[in-house]
Amino acid sequence: MQIERDIQIDAPAERVWSLITEAEHIGRWFADSGAEIDLRPGGALTMRWADYGVAHARIVDVEPHTRFSYRWVPSPSAGVEPTDGNSTLVEFTLEPEAGGTRLRVVESGFDQLDRSPAGIAEAVEGNTKGWKEELGHLSEYAARVAA
Amino acid sequence: MTDGVFAALADPTRWRVLTLLAERGEATATTLAGDLPVSRVAVVKHLGVLDRAGLVEARRSGREVRYTVRPERLGATARDLAAIAVEWDARLAAIKRLAEE
Repeated sequence: MQIERDIQIDAPAERVWSLITEAEHIGRWFADSGAEIDLRPGGALTMRWADYGVAHARIVDVEPHTRFSYRWVPSPSAGVEPTDGNSTLVEFTLEPEAGGTRLRVVESGFDQLDRSPAGIAEAVEGNTKGWKEELGHLSEYAARVAA
Repeated sequence: MTDGVFAALADPTRWRVLTLLAERGEATATTLAGDLPVSRVAVVKHLGVLDRAGLVEARRSGREVRYTVRPERLGATARDLAAIAVEWDARLAAIKRLAEE
């Protein structure tokens, strides 16, 4: 089970690489209250949100201007460390295309989670009231969208 | 707080407005209405609900109002594969905007 999305960007791979691997930029397009990154395999990536707390990721692959991947708990998670059972793999790949860059992201491993992403969010938020029912509604709409 | 988000998402047309906006990165009610089977006025109303739920951000640009998705808000509440795909669309669109600035 994985999600795959991509986008064409009219900028060189070096520029896109900076945006996805430098703390200053990650804190803008991903988190909203800053980020810290130790850019090497095994290094830590921390993202902060004003309202939702902190997410910790562990970097897997770093191939400059080509590939960047990390494992993270797929929800702002109050600082829970990523392990095999609670995290997904996020992989970015950059390919030169049409004078710019094709940026692809694949998030995989949802089926290996001990709990669903919704379950993790539920546990994190400690907010069970009405959650399952509402999520059922959401899944229904999501299925329609996906169809 | 999450109630507002779920209510905002609990309408198929509004969900389509949100997913279309995420794919575009940034759009006005007029351009969104061009790709949806509803009027511009209806799209404006849906965007208003999404805005109040904190799911989109409105920015005035001359006579237009431009909207973008706030993926962090969606991510904190709706952990569902489709919602995650929408988040990634919005993030990729944000990277594209920054890269092309």
